[in-house]
Amino acid sequence: MSNNLDQFNIVIVGTGGQGQITLLQILAEAASLEGYDVRTSELHGLSQRGGSVEVHIRFGRKTYSPMVAKGKADLILALEEQEALKGIYYANSKTNFLINKYIIPISLTKPLSEKEISDNLKKITKKVIIIPATEICKEKLGTEVVAGIYLISFAAFKNLIPLKSESIQKTIKKIIPEKYLELNLKTFNLARP
Amino acid sequence: MEDIFQNNPNKKLILLGNEAIVRGALEAGVNFVSTYPGTPASEIGNLFFEISQKKKWSGYFEFSTNEKVALEAGIGASFSGLKTLVAMKNFGLNVCLDALFPFVYTGVKGPAVIIVADDPSCHSSAQSEENSRFIAEAANIPVLEPSDPQECKDFVKLGFQLSEKYKIPIIIRTTTRVAHQKMPVILGKIQNQNSKIQKGKFIKDVKRFVTLPPRVLEMKKELLEKIEKIKIFSEQSKINFVHNSKLLTRNSKLGIITSGVGYLYVIEALQELNLSIPVLKLGFFYPLPKEKIKNFISRASRQRGEARDESPALSDQNLKKVLIVEELEPYLEKEVTRIAKEVNCKLEIFGKNLISEVGELKPEIVTSAIAKFTNKKYKLQIRNLKFKIPKRLPRLCPGCPYWLVISAIKKATEGKEVIFGGEIGCYMLFGTPAVNLQDYLSCMGSSVGIAHGIKKATGQKIISFIGDSSFFHAGIPALINTVFNKSNPLIIILENQTTAMTGHQPHPGAPATPDGIKIENIVSACGVKNLKIIDQINQEGLINIIKEFLEKDEVSVIIARHPCIFVAKK
Repeated sequence: MSNNLDQFNIVIVGTGGQGQITLLQILAEAASLEGYDVRTSELHGLSQRGGSVEVHIRFGRKTYSPMVAKGKADLILALEEQEALKGIYYANSKTNFLINKYIIPISLTKPLSEKEISDNLKKITKKVIIIPATEICKEKLGTEVVAGIYLISFAAFKNLIPLKSESIQKTIKKIIPEKYLELNLKTFNLARP
Repeated sequence: MEDIFQNNPNKKLILLGNEAIVRGALEAGVNFVSTYPGTPASEIGNLFFEISQKKKWSGYFEFSTNEKVALEAGIGASFSGLKTLVAMKNFGLNVCLDALFPFVYTGVKGPAVIIVADDPSCHSSAQSEENSRFIAEAANIPVLEPSDPQECKDFVKLGFQLSEKYKIPIIIRTTTRVAHQKMPVILGKIQNQNSKIQKGKFIKDVKRFVTLPPRVLEMKKELLEKIEKIKIFSEQSKINFVHNSKLLTRNSKLGIITSGVGYLYVIEALQELNLSIPVLKLGFFYPLPKEKIKNFISRASRQRGEARDESPALSDQNLKKVLIVEELEPYLEKEVTRIAKEVNCKLEIFGKNLISEVGELKPEIVTSAIAKFTNKKYKLQIRNLKFKIPKRLPRLCPGCPYWLVISAIKKATEGKEVIFGGEIGCYMLFGTPAVNLQDYLSCMGSSVGIAHGIKKATGQKIISFIGDSSFFHAGIPALINTVFNKSNPLIIILENQTTAMTGHQPHPGAPATPDGIKIENIVSACGVKNLKIIDQINQEGLINIIKEFLEKDEVSVIIARHPCIFVAKK
């Protein structure tokens, strides 16, 4: 056990197919590696087909519930900007939002502007960070599939997650299949400040 | 990725509830596994499929055509002495009920565990918010309810032990938040890994395996006797335990009774509200440990044997109030109400007056209920943003071949009044506003069955959709019915060559399975004369054939044959 952290609650929001379950695995293993008791909750099946998907990761000295309670998230990671608004349910005035500057349009709906999204989030918490993870990954690595990895690595380097960045790196090595490992480690390093 | 099949006892591994179920079955030495995929139970079959393909396990696994057939296969294996696991989602239980009731009567030879996964809040379940607990009393089948992955693994092993000892099948009931929860699980030893496939032997025993009157009534009597014995086991079992039990001896006036994932929320809610209340956590849903419940709510019952008088002093020390934290319908609450009448009739019972019967439990729902129950202050922040968060519905994947069916139907039926019959599969998404091709939706196979009824009742034009896996699952009898009873819906079989929605499991059709069954052969054999097989890439052809078949006096079938993009990728 590295410190006396009582409980840390993360919610990852995004749309089905953005890799939430892999990110959940990496964070859960990293927390476990640091000696925390960890529980997670995820959804499979129909809800994954491009709909809104949220996954929960909780760790601390002793953890029971796999779900983050309303208003109890410490960190909300949004893989898509509009989906960040779904995080409001779990947010309080101290919650950090880390948002990927990336819009996936919703059919028959005009996408919200970044200002609209950010203004609404700021009614809850001032701590809203929007970074162009998808754009950076596309530009530097030629693919956007690793945007989520960039986001969690960034969060670790910026101390938005009370886990060592080395632990994230270690678990990326553990979780990601050989074939994609190099790409993912490059992404991790790209997020290094 | 760490191998969940490693034989490394006492190691801790982060496992999903469903992975822990697989692990538990392997540690118990399971020989035979059958399933039909369904969320939130699908990963169980997927993992067994994987290890049997990779020959990491000596047992037998199959994806069966439907849950009833899966259970029947399991019954055959159990009758032949093999250790058997059958897994399904809640609606699968409904499909296999006909086979389940007599199986509880005959009992098992090789131990049998049946996994049933409920989906409160219907995250992945279209047709109803089913609570499979009903089956316990209806069929007299023991039901265990784990709260987390560790219990998933432990309860599966316990289930096999109970099944072996009492010669009865056991149900393990999970819910989405248990089946799709992860936590570090302590591994045990995997049995019979790498050993040769164990062959069973069916030894004739008419008295045991044939349910016919008058013997069947004797069997019922024997079953009820088994349940009585398991009740005694349940009373002593450690999976029904009191958290904060010291408080009980200190005459706490309040108590909470809970089970499943609710238990986890209760413990955290008590911490958050800074409360100390004894909690009775039930791992057995059926048979319930009634004495344990009596002891929990009544001091007199606790002290029975010492001072058996119902003196006022003792009943003053009874629980005054109890809160039942359970998801969906109030099964436990009703039982506790009944038990309280015997031993503590003044007990105030709270449950569904504080927690809705609709929707899954959430931490804040449980905390709020406990706060009300204890008159503690707990304010949930209400945030009125005056802003509507846009809703993002699931949709068909980009490139999905179903899009081409949608566009052809739109063109072929333009200006016509046509009813569209929905069915269980990815094409449920035909019901989303952007597509709007779904006028009713019920259960597997029903798009065809209901179309026949509407046709007979009205004569209106109907197109009903059914996927290939659903067609094999429950569509064939319905198709035969349209021929036999002469109605004329247009049935479009969406042949994407996989069971797509649950994660691309194989099914009996060709070419999903090499040398598989050709759907057109079945359709022809059913006596359907209007049959067309077409790749929907041929839009004009599909539009024309839809127009033509909609005017037919007899049932017609179009097989829209194009693989799911994930199959094509392989």
